[in-house]
Amino acid sequence: MSFIKSKFRHPRLPVNDLGLTYRDYEGALSTLCAGCGHDSITSAIVQSCHELSIEPSNVAKLSGIGCSSKAPNYFLNKAHGFNSVHGRMPSVATGANLANQELLYLAMSGDGDSASIGFGQFAHVVRRQLNMVYMVANNGVYGLTKGQLAATADKGVKNKAGDLSLFTDIDLCVMALQLGASFVARSFSGDKQQLVPLLKAAMSHKGFAFIDIISPCVTFNNHAGSTRSYDYVHDHVTTGAVADFVPIKTEITSSGESGECGDVCLHDGSIMRIQKLMPEYDSTNASQAIMDIEKNKQEGKILTGLFYLEPTANDFHEINNTNDTPLNKLNQDTLCPGNRVLTGINDSFR
Amino acid sequence: MKKTDTSNYQHFLKVVDCQQACPAHTPVPEYIRLIAERRYTDAYLINWESNVFPGVLGRVCDRPCEPACRRGRVEDTPVAICRLKRVAADNKEDITPFLPKIPRKKNGKRIALIGAGPASMTVARDLLPLGYDVVMFERDAKAGGMMRSQIPAFRLPETVLDEELNYIINMGLECHFGEEITSLDKLLQANFDAIFVGTGAPSGRWLKIPGHDQLASESTNPQIDTGINWLAKVSFEHLKYDDENLAPKKVVVLGGGNTAMDCCRTAKRLGADEVTVLVRSSFEAMKASPWEKEDATAEGISILPNYNPLEYKIENGKLVAVLFEQVESVYDKVGNRSLKTTGETLLVECDQVLVAVGQDTVFDWIERDIGVKFNQWDSPKVNSKSLQSSLPNVFFGGDAAFGPKNIITAVANGHQAAISMDLFCQNADPIEDRSDTSFNLVSQKMGIHEWTYQSGIDHQERNIVPHISWDEAVKTLTTEVELGFDEKLALEEASRCLNCDVHTIFTESTCIECSACEDVCPMDCINFVEEENDDDQMVKQFRVPDLNSEQSLLVSAPLKTGHIMVKDEDVCLHCGLCAERCPTGAWDMKKLMLNNINATIK
Repeated sequence: MSFIKSKFRHPRLPVNDLGLTYRDYEGALSTLCAGCGHDSITSAIVQSCHELSIEPSNVAKLSGIGCSSKAPNYFLNKAHGFNSVHGRMPSVATGANLANQELLYLAMSGDGDSASIGFGQFAHVVRRQLNMVYMVANNGVYGLTKGQLAATADKGVKNKAGDLSLFTDIDLCVMALQLGASFVARSFSGDKQQLVPLLKAAMSHKGFAFIDIISPCVTFNNHAGSTRSYDYVHDHVTTGAVADFVPIKTEITSSGESGECGDVCLHDGSIMRIQKLMPEYDSTNASQAIMDIEKNKQEGKILTGLFYLEPTANDFHEINNTNDTPLNKLNQDTLCPGNRVLTGINDSFR
Repeated sequence: MKKTDTSNYQHFLKVVDCQQACPAHTPVPEYIRLIAERRYTDAYLINWESNVFPGVLGRVCDRPCEPACRRGRVEDTPVAICRLKRVAADNKEDITPFLPKIPRKKNGKRIALIGAGPASMTVARDLLPLGYDVVMFERDAKAGGMMRSQIPAFRLPETVLDEELNYIINMGLECHFGEEITSLDKLLQANFDAIFVGTGAPSGRWLKIPGHDQLASESTNPQIDTGINWLAKVSFEHLKYDDENLAPKKVVVLGGGNTAMDCCRTAKRLGADEVTVLVRSSFEAMKASPWEKEDATAEGISILPNYNPLEYKIENGKLVAVLFEQVESVYDKVGNRSLKTTGETLLVECDQVLVAVGQDTVFDWIERDIGVKFNQWDSPKVNSKSLQSSLPNVFFGGDAAFGPKNIITAVANGHQAAISMDLFCQNADPIEDRSDTSFNLVSQKMGIHEWTYQSGIDHQERNIVPHISWDEAVKTLTTEVELGFDEKLALEEASRCLNCDVHTIFTESTCIECSACEDVCPMDCINFVEEENDDDQMVKQFRVPDLNSEQSLLVSAPLKTGHIMVKDEDVCLHCGLCAERCPTGAWDMKKLMLNNINATIK
């Protein structure tokens, strides 16, 4: 019987700037179904954090309810975490971010958590431009309650039990683009070559970064006729551009295919190197991105990659002109200046 | 990358490092699992089938399996395979009911064995159950060869050796003890269908330095002897010390192999006060097994490396000292060693010197005109596959065939030769008609997280074998030093085995490329990569591209997306997590079953 993962590791495993191997970024052994796409996302997060040499204790993991929201238990077990109420993760994230803006906020949500019960919360956290990485593990069904169709399921598909999806699907990337997210991307859990650079860029981005990750449910949505199965996604996935993440310390060398290549400098100085594959692709134009997504959908294709990036957008703290020092670093006298100051404030309203 | 050929067993056998490293391909993980289940008799029998002398080898084997053990690569120290073998031998019940039945009606073919060492006795063990009449000629009074004459009883008790030899002798082996074959020609006239030469390497090498001729000219001078000769005299009690015939007090042993270690420890037990081993090489480069060096040092013997003997100092016809020069080992680019003198000399007083600097085969009893061809080094020309000599009915094995090696190699040779001799006697060709083994891969799955074997792997330090106190040890010649593992230690040590014979088997057609196995593998063995023309470029895509060139890769055929799966076998823990995580059963853990292990010895 082996519910444990051995602590042995490859003797020649690379270490990062902090002297840590990727195994130091792991969490508990997953209890999700064998082959669940969410585990691949977990692995991509572990790899990204390791390669970016992020101190695990500088991360806060946030989630709501669902298979996706269990996933934070399976990565970065030395990070902070909050597993909140169903669909209410954005509120908890906002509160945590207000109190301490120095942490890296990694939020993991699902199609039920974000597109159904938490849809309102989702819309508002995008509007707020909270500085966080918001990941949705999108499998088109409610896996934890045995595979009912989710709001992101394509109209006309059938679930494993044979129920037909009668309603128009919600595309969370389109929503995020419309509501003003400054980083929007879609990827596939089975394609780490694409997912890892996107995650690294999202973690380096200052502002609201949204990644919709198609993550097949092996148990309830991997059948023929599903548009979220491994086979279907492998066959129908397409991309507008290949994006590579170049960390801040790496010397920038010119790539061979000039003209097709565009570099975007992120807030921390690292570079998002974008190689166009589709002529109309433009990472600076949100409405173009929405059109591209819809056009590909009509053609039966799933468009993935980086859709939109605005590296200089203001985040929630800048918009609200909050204090630079995180609240948790202020001493009690500053945080609670006492009755005299309160009286002064109250008097100013009289 | 070329898809791995899984239609034969070669890839799988190579993954079982210990079994592959054992010359006789003993199924090590299989018997260790049986020990873990406390099925000692079964564990012994599995050993007995492959290596014939589990009790002996569980004590004195050269252990080529241990440096190969995967735990040595993923942790620090290998599983104590050798000493677990002894556990099986120590705790077994009566095995005689399980030994092969010897046919009453013989097949009419007669086999002669020259020598009764491990190689010859293995041939007898393999051929007697097939109905052959086997006749053995041994110059000593007892069977065992070098196992008896060269290995002291404090490492290998006589009872253990006798027991395992008797299993074979009792199969109806016709024994002629004290009969030395002095002419192969004469034996060839004696109407045997095939003859096996297992005479070992019985001649100790001398050092022809000044003083040697004077000392060794008297053939009975007790002050100088070759190591193996002297050990044999002690073993057969030809050499006895008492109040009148005092044991040498200061003994110098020349040489750095296991014979030198046995000599010095024996000399100490016979009553020497000061025993010094001097060796030309560095301490690390000594040929003796590390544990032999440790034990000798623990018994208070000083080992002085980097000394080259120059001269035996003789006064009034008596040996009084040996003169040495200090040397340095210098290695050239290809690793050849040469010795450079430092100019320092050392005089070591002694009243006995034992020369343990090597041993040679002796073939003066084989006439050169009877058809057995010899090569430039005066060794018989032997086919390495069949062990057949240029005279078709004469076969060689063990040290006699390829020079001094070790017991387990001799046993492996014995199996090889027995197959050849059987084919030869049935008018078949020992090479052309040699059949290979068939094999099976049997799934070990019992449930989603359940396997027939202990799949959880954790850090566990190697257990040390208990021994009697070193002060006690040097007092008697026949008290075994090592006590062997007790049951608690044995079970702990057995649980360190990684079950490498339970293989990760991949089926391309069912893989959906979800990467679950790649993600969960604790050792980063599994890679899904894009195919490229250049293998080196493909390796760069691996999770850990720093490969161990001695280990193999398991390469799949292209999958649905065109990617291929490449598993690096190097540090796989055989923990089965890939198979537990696979949603479609594309991975399974299957045990390698070789139906005729002796046929895999090549």
